[in-house]
This record gives sequence, structure tokens and C-alpha cells, in this order.
Amino acid sequence: MNTILYKEQLSQDVFLMRLRAPLIALERQPGQFIILQTDDDLGERIPLTIADANTQEGSITIIFQVVGKTTKHLSTFMVGDVLPALVGPLGRPTHIHHFGKVVCVCGGIGVAPMYPIAQELKNAGNQVTVIIGARTKALIILEKEMRAIADELIICTDDGSYGNKALVTAPLKALCESDARPDMVIAIGPPVMMKFCAATTRPFNIFTQVSLNTIMVDGTGMCGGCRVTVDNQTKFVCVDGPEFDGHLVDFDNMIARLNAYKEIERSHYKCFVEKAFTEHTKKLLV
Amino acid sequence: MSYQTEGALQREAQILLREFAAIADGLKVKQRQKIPAQDMPVQDPEIRSHNMEEVALGYSFEQARVEAFRCLQCAKKNCMEGCPVKINIPLFIDHIAKGEMEQAIAVVKQTTLLPAVCGRVCPQEKQCQLHCTLGKSLKDVDCSVAIGRLERFVADWERINNKIVIPFVKPATGKKVAVVGSGPAGLVVAADCRREGHHVTIFEAFHKLGGVLRYGIPEFRLPNSVIDKEIETLVAMGIEIKTNFVVGRTRKLTDLLDKDGYDAVFVGTGAGLPVFMGIEGENLIGVFSANEYLTRINLMKAFDKNADTPVYPATNVVVLGGGNVAMDAARMAKRLGAEKVTVVYRRSEQEMPARKEEVLHAKEEGITFLLLSNAKRILGDEKSCVKGIECVQYKLGEPDASGRRSPVVIANSEFILDADTVIVAVGNGSNPLISQTTPQLNVNSKGNIKVDASQQTSLKKIFAGGDIVLGAATVILAMGEGRRSAASINAMLAANEN
Repeated sequence: MNTILYKEQLSQDVFLMRLRAPLIALERQPGQFIILQTDDDLGERIPLTIADANTQEGSITIIFQVVGKTTKHLSTFMVGDVLPALVGPLGRPTHIHHFGKVVCVCGGIGVAPMYPIAQELKNAGNQVTVIIGARTKALIILEKEMRAIADELIICTDDGSYGNKALVTAPLKALCESDARPDMVIAIGPPVMMKFCAATTRPFNIFTQVSLNTIMVDGTGMCGGCRVTVDNQTKFVCVDGPEFDGHLVDFDNMIARLNAYKEIERSHYKCFVEKAFTEHTKKLLV
Repeated sequence: MSYQTEGALQREAQILLREFAAIADGLKVKQRQKIPAQDMPVQDPEIRSHNMEEVALGYSFEQARVEAFRCLQCAKKNCMEGCPVKINIPLFIDHIAKGEMEQAIAVVKQTTLLPAVCGRVCPQEKQCQLHCTLGKSLKDVDCSVAIGRLERFVADWERINNKIVIPFVKPATGKKVAVVGSGPAGLVVAADCRREGHHVTIFEAFHKLGGVLRYGIPEFRLPNSVIDKEIETLVAMGIEIKTNFVVGRTRKLTDLLDKDGYDAVFVGTGAGLPVFMGIEGENLIGVFSANEYLTRINLMKAFDKNADTPVYPATNVVVLGGGNVAMDAARMAKRLGAEKVTVVYRRSEQEMPARKEEVLHAKEEGITFLLLSNAKRILGDEKSCVKGIECVQYKLGEPDASGRRSPVVIANSEFILDADTVIVAVGNGSNPLISQTTPQLNVNSKGNIKVDASQQTSLKKIFAGGDIVLGAATVILAMGEGRRSAASINAMLAANEN
């Protein structure tokens, strides 16, 4: 269980791993996530969305970006290594339905959780337009996979190195204004991106679903650390979400809460990298 | 009363023991009444409020025997009526008085599985000790025999002296029982069903076992080593353990029966869904449920500088609530370096649901209590961080449904407390995971699983107990429900046999 079957570096800080997890592979549905630990005594529990699953192999695929100590540590695990703790699938699955025209907006690593959702939306008979946004061409992932299922794929980069030199909200707005007005929009990516996607579609009154990735400890409703304000009510991302109506989410509060531990996390990351560097140097000297 | 060291208490008890041991058999009621109640030795408050080690150190052998001499061995045995699992209290205390510790613990273990835990966390002054004839004769519940401390003593004696006997397990029946959740209810069911020879698997969502005993109750009140030892015993009995397994998500509850070959399932998932107050500012940075705050520290070890899970740096903490969890959170905040910790509770001290000893310990450790007050809104700064809390004063009115005098707001009595952290400890709702993923299971309006007198749910072969049925209650009540559930499961499986 939890053995790493395959590992690939997709871009500078982004890794794909396939893990042996037969039960999770069997039960998972689009929109759900797992929680893992790289050390089950002193390690933290981090939520990651499930990008894909293979029930025959009994595996799930996760795609993660190195942003802190645990993701850095995870990126050092090799094929054959075993993750000390992996639990899931958690969260409510995406509501898949025949909506008509659906636009899937993904930013950065958000392509990973979007992939299974877009697949299922397509299977449910929707016309699927995918918009992928990234800082630069090298950071775009899963383009080939998305192209295979999307009716239309639009790429945006901040620096114009690939596709449109634009933010994802530009083509989204154009689609909302066009004759091919979407019936539904799903946005997954950095909180700021989701906030502006929701702001873009609001005047058009197009239902916009967002998938939130807040700070969590247990992921089963026990701690409430993941809570967000939705329609002036407190909701738990882990058991009420992770998907919510983007027009009702208080993004400013959510973004503020995501920064609660930034300084401590930065120092943990720095310690870890420095320690790893010292150990590496020691090995070289021996 | 001034602070007395462990050694001083033991020396006093030695003298008393010499005096009474010789005449033990002939002790009259009047003489027993005059034996001084034995204080629990504790760490010095000044020292302990900066460490995680257990506060109450436990009776010495001498103290335990002297305390046991206080028991009148009355005919009524009212204490047993107050015990949810009906421990034969006079009998085990009589064994302690005679110095027969092995027999004493054997008596306790006839009816309870986790005496080292219950001796520490039961609200004895509201259970066995409330009914103690000695306490009544002295017209003070605080003068009752310290039954809880004696229970803890014999359990610790057994553990420390490596006298734990692995319970006898009957020959394998070939039947399988799934236990969902490894809190107090689940542990009892696992042990009781295993004893009958059934194969038992415990499914736990977290990476470590113990449920609320692990993530909720702090080390300074219930050391992890105590829980670890209990679990070691279960493993030695041949109970299978699956951590990182969320029944309902990793596997459907009904799949355990239909696909995985289990013959019965017990659901003991607890009351893990923190209740917030629904006031303005509750989602500011620096507001935590007590569950989150304590889980970060207890389960995820955030107090350890080598742990990855961070804990919010708090200097001025307000804790909302008056139960054991509120006391735990307040005292934990102090230990993690908070300069000022204030407990805000809307009734008076008398109505506080917390164990008396915990309130006393909190006060000794410098926690401030602001009673007859309640939070109205939490104030934030420009960075969305907590900077204070507006409270309003209350007075006590008529008794409510719980029999406690209900608090009534005093108009225009608002005041503001400075704070950088607010910990909400006003209770827990029922965890929704099982009911969300098992829609055919009957739950009440609060989300608690409905059961009949045998703990059977609306679904065949599925039983439930503990806080998921009761709402947030106590460890001992959860264990009592576990015991009943296990009896029903064992009876059902035995009937299937024929």
C-alpha cells in the first residue's frame, strides 16, 4: 500500500506520482482529494487532489507543486518508496450532470484536479471548453491530455510565451459575451484566479463552481480549520466541499486565512532545505 | 491550601498508615470519618504550566491505602449506582486497604476496560463520589472517598509493575466484526467482541489510534503512554488495526457487510464536528475550534519544534466555554507560552460542566475566569487578524431544561477584551461523514445516529454508540455504550451460530 509506482517531473516544481492505493482508486470520484503525510509521527497532513485513478492497477495519480516543507520532502520520494500515511478519498464528489456548454478554467496546478472533472463532464455529454493559464509555457501541464477530451482548448500565459498573452479571465469573459454563452463554469486554481473568474461571470449570471484548497488538519470535519464563509454561512471545505458556488464564496477572508501560518511554514521549509543541503554536502565530503 | 510536594504527602500517609493498618479490621465509622482525605500529589503549578508532563502524579502506595481506609464499606453501596459501568467499588477499595493490589485491579477490570483512562478523566464528583456515604455523612462531596484516584492508582500499579494480563480470547468463531473509530467506545467493543473469539478489525481515520483520547485530551491530563499501553493490549489480543481508513469514504459502511465479509459493524465515530457560535468575526485569523487547536498540539505534536504542523503563536488568548475541553485548551495555551489566558463562560462556576479538579488546576496555573459573560463578536485588524473580543454580561435566571439556572443578558453591559487568539470550545455536533455516505441510516435532527436499547441502528447488523449517538458526552458513557453494543453483537453472532 502507498507504494510509489511512477514519478515524473512535469515542470520545475511540479511532480506527478502514481501511488498504489487500490481502495481509493475504486471509490474516488472527480473532485475528491486525499490527505498524505511524508512522516506519520512529526509530519503534517496535507490535502492534495486526485488527478486520475486506475482501478486495474489499483493506483491513483497525484500532481503537486513544491510549495513548502512537506511537498519538498514528497518530491524526494522515489519509485518503490512507501508513503507513511495516505487517506481518502475525501470531500464531496463533483456534481456531474448534462449542463450543456461548460467552461473549465484552470490555473497552474489546478489543471490536475480539473482533468478528471473535465473527463466526466465530457462523458456526460457536455460541450467542454478548457482554458489553461500559467505564468509561462514551461509551467503548463497536462496539455496533451486535456486536448484529447476538450472540444476547445485555450491557453493563456502571463508572459505570452505560449497561447494568448492574457489572464484566463480574458477568454472567459469573451466566451460569456459570445453567442456560445456557457451554461456553467468551473474554476480551479490559485484563490485569486478563482476570485476573478467568479467576478467575471457574475454580471452574466452564469453558475460558477470553484474548488477550494484551504488549510486542513484532519479532512473529516473534525477540526474546522478549513472553514470558509459561503453565503454568509460558515462551511467546512472538507465535508461540505471542496466545491462551492463561486459567487457566494468570501474569497478575501479565505485568502487571508490561507496566510495564517506563512511565516512559520517558510521557516520550516528553509530549515528542511538547509538540513538536506548540509547532509548532501556531508555525503559528498565523505 | 499551600502546595505540598509528592514526598511530603507520602511521608504524612506513611505515618497514618502505621497508625491504621494495625487496627484496620476494627475501625469504627467515626474513626474512618476522621482519617484525613488524601490530596492528589501534583506538579508545582509554576513549573507545570511550562511543561507537557502529567499534572496529577498519582497516589503513592501509602496514600492509596490510607484513602481506602476512609471507605465506610457501607451496606448501601450508593457509589455503584453513580458508576455508569457499575464497578464493584467497595470491593476493590477493600482490596486496596488490605494492600491486595492485584485483586483490586482484577475487580475493576471485571466491568471496565480502561481504568487508567477513566480514573483520570471521569467526572467522579458527579458520578460515584456524588453518592458516597462518607461524603454525605461529612456533608461535602469533596470529602467523599477519592474513588477515581484509587481507580487510577490500581490501574497505574498494574501497568508500571508489568502486571497487565492479556484478556483470555475464546477459540476463533470465524465471525468478523468491524469497529469504526478507535475512541473509547470503539476500543471497548473491539476488546469485548474479540474476547468472544470473533475476528475484530478497528478502522481509524487518523494515522494514530485513540480518537478523542489521542487528539483531544492533552498529554498533561492523559499521557499518550497510557493510551499506547491499552492499545498494545488490544493488539496482543489479536485485534487487527487499519489506520488512515475513513469508513464512508475509503469504503462504504454497508460494503463492510456486503463485500468484505464482516458479520457486524459498530459505528463509534464520535462527536467530531466543532460547533461555532455564529458570531461576527469568527472566521478571522486567530480563531480556532478547540478541536483544531488541541489536535494540532496533541495528535500532530505541534509543541515539538521538530514537528511540521504549526501552531498559531498566541500571547493573549480568550477561550469560550466552560467544559473540560475549554479547560484543556486554556491550559494548553498557557503551556505554549501565552502570557494571558482568559476563560469566558456565560454561567457561574457552579454550572461549569468541567471536572472540578480541572477548574482548580487551571486557576492554580494562572488562568483567568471571566464568568457570567459571553462573546458577542470578535474584532479584527486590517490584516483580518484577531485584535479583541466584545463580550456582554449575564445574570442567572430560572433553571432551564438541564436544571441549571439559565443565563440572561444584562442590557448595555458590553465590554471589550484585548486578544490575539480566540479558541471556541462550546461543544461538538455529530460528525456527518457516516450519515452523508450512508443515507439509509436513520439519524435525528442533530445528526446523531438513532439506536434501540440494544444499540442497534436502523440497519441490520449495524450498531452504534458513544458520542455519535449521545451527542458530546463523556468517556465513561461512551464506554458504557460500547459495552452494551458488544454484548448485542456477541449475542447476535452467537444466535446466528445455531
